[in-house]
Amino acid sequence: MKRIIYSEIEGQSLRFYVLAGILGAFVLAGLAASLYMEHYGHYVTGMSNQIVWGTPHVFAIFLIVAASGALNVASIGTVFGKTLYKPLGRLSGLLALALLVGGLAVLVLDLGRPDRLIVAMTSYNFKSIFAWNIFLYVGFIAVVAVYLWLQMERRMNRYVPAAGMVAFLWRLVLTTGTGSIFGFLVAREAYDSAVMAPLFIAMSFSFGLAVYILVLLAVCRGSGRELGDVVLNRLGRLMGICIAAVLYFTVVQHLTNLYAAEHTGVERFILLDGGIYTALFWVVQIVVGGLLPLILVFWPASGSRNAGRQMALASVLVIMGGFAQLYVILIGGQAYPLSIFPGMDVSSSFYDGVVASYAPSLPEIVLGVGGVALALLIVLFGIKILRFLPATLADSATDPHFVAAAETP
Amino acid sequence: MEGKTDKAKPAVTRDFDPERRSFLSNMAAAAGVTLAPGVMLYGITQTSPARARALGAAASSDVRWGMLIDLNRCDSGCNECVTACSRENGLQGHDRPATDAQWIRKVEVRDPATGASNSLPVMCQHCAEPPCVDVCPTGASFKRADGIVLVDKHTCIGCRYCMMACPYKARSFVHEALEDQKSHAPRGKGTVESCTMCVHRIDADKQPACVEACSDTGGGAMLFGDLNDPDSEISQRVAKYASQQIRADLGLDPGVRYQNL
Repeated sequence: MKRIIYSEIEGQSLRFYVLAGILGAFVLAGLAASLYMEHYGHYVTGMSNQIVWGTPHVFAIFLIVAASGALNVASIGTVFGKTLYKPLGRLSGLLALALLVGGLAVLVLDLGRPDRLIVAMTSYNFKSIFAWNIFLYVGFIAVVAVYLWLQMERRMNRYVPAAGMVAFLWRLVLTTGTGSIFGFLVAREAYDSAVMAPLFIAMSFSFGLAVYILVLLAVCRGSGRELGDVVLNRLGRLMGICIAAVLYFTVVQHLTNLYAAEHTGVERFILLDGGIYTALFWVVQIVVGGLLPLILVFWPASGSRNAGRQMALASVLVIMGGFAQLYVILIGGQAYPLSIFPGMDVSSSFYDGVVASYAPSLPEIVLGVGGVALALLIVLFGIKILRFLPATLADSATDPHFVAAAETP
Repeated sequence: MEGKTDKAKPAVTRDFDPERRSFLSNMAAAAGVTLAPGVMLYGITQTSPARARALGAAASSDVRWGMLIDLNRCDSGCNECVTACSRENGLQGHDRPATDAQWIRKVEVRDPATGASNSLPVMCQHCAEPPCVDVCPTGASFKRADGIVLVDKHTCIGCRYCMMACPYKARSFVHEALEDQKSHAPRGKGTVESCTMCVHRIDADKQPACVEACSDTGGGAMLFGDLNDPDSEISQRVAKYASQQIRADLGLDPGVRYQNL
């Protein structure tokens, strides 16, 4: 196999600095939004005693889930030995780290007391899945950092498969942990299901790949590197399988709930008469974020000449669907009232028995977008400082069958 | 169970007089402090619904504080328990019902099939297996040995996972800066809080504010006491009459029980 050459991006152009400036501005705006929320208290947001987790959590969980998924590209190269994916591994590790840091930043900055982060790091309740996740997140950062170093230090390359395996297993456990944050909530009818863990793993594969494809396209276009259709189509088709897996687990999740009479209320709410949540579920999550990208990745247009544009569009749709899915799970799941007295009509001054209303507030959105910007900024500086990017991803360099195919009459 | 109840019966007077009881326990406490502090704590267990805890002494798991609420005596229009709680713990609304804290609330429950309805107060149910304690990452949410579920305001980071986990919607997040706090009920912006069962009053040998208000000016529907003490009135009552825990199916064993629900 050909030796892969990696190089930094130049990072001197006006375009680079403008992009870095814009991302930096969004990060600062996110910080300002967090300060604003902490100063006045959370009543300035759309969150309440009914909807306790809001838009920041949608962003944070999207980023954290996508982080573990973004690492799959590296895993496929090292754990499953697919040669085509090997040059993509370093960027995959960097993106995974960046997305996780971005997501955690949002999560922490939304806390009621972000100044007590040190308490969260020193005082643990080991029965809490949240506490486990703190270890899983910090461990993920450490494991991926070592994995990246072993990949980038040629003398250490022989340890890459072992590290890749550890990182792959770690990310599976990590996403299981993220899904179980909801799966373990016995009192909430919309959650409380073991399917949350595999559902979140499928979501991570899908969202992570979508973000990876977009970032890969952007950095290759931006730094003038060739990116062949072979790589793009392979990534796209892989994403297709992941999209199908998300749809499958979504069907299982809702069918299971529909079968149990006690859960038909919450299912009716999400699937039929939940207003914005029903619309987001069917239109954005299922059609726009599921079926459309499936068509796009499996039926490439005219001889796959527009692979880049097509995969980019599919990825954007998957990300839109992903945000919608998390919004429906998180906010929709909380908006449906808790069943404190099953089978009874209830009312009180504390919104018992009524669907809670929620509208995302500007500070919440700005904080969430700030997390995305932080992740992208880390990637941008990462590829400028270290050699994460292969010099070329042209078909001739990546496809092991390229020459043979060309010689076939 | 049956035998135990019968055996204990003669020692209990039907007409419970809280003032007489509290007078007796105060006398016992005074005698105990003078004569034998060590013996005192054990000695008054039998007579007092609550008993003073010596400063620095740990709460004991021999006790399980609980409440029994008789819905036949709880009037739909009565809000005395809620008012008393707010006054006692310094809960002030900001006219923002979605974010204002509520430690106890009156819930109207109606059976759509039969039309039968009830009104009842719902607060932290002080579960024996509290989900809020299980999920809290820092251990800020904790259960005291005597069964009272509390939040340590110094280690709560405000993640609100406990609010997601509580089946009773018993917890509130402090959404804004606070003023005029009560020194016995510290609160904090950005942390989660809920009914403390008036732990400061219990430790001082008094009943929770809601229970006191209910008996003084309400319908006398609320009974507070030690569920572990077979001679306490609450134990006698739950042994004799059917009572219910809300969402008993979840297996959390709440310390608050309801009668005639």
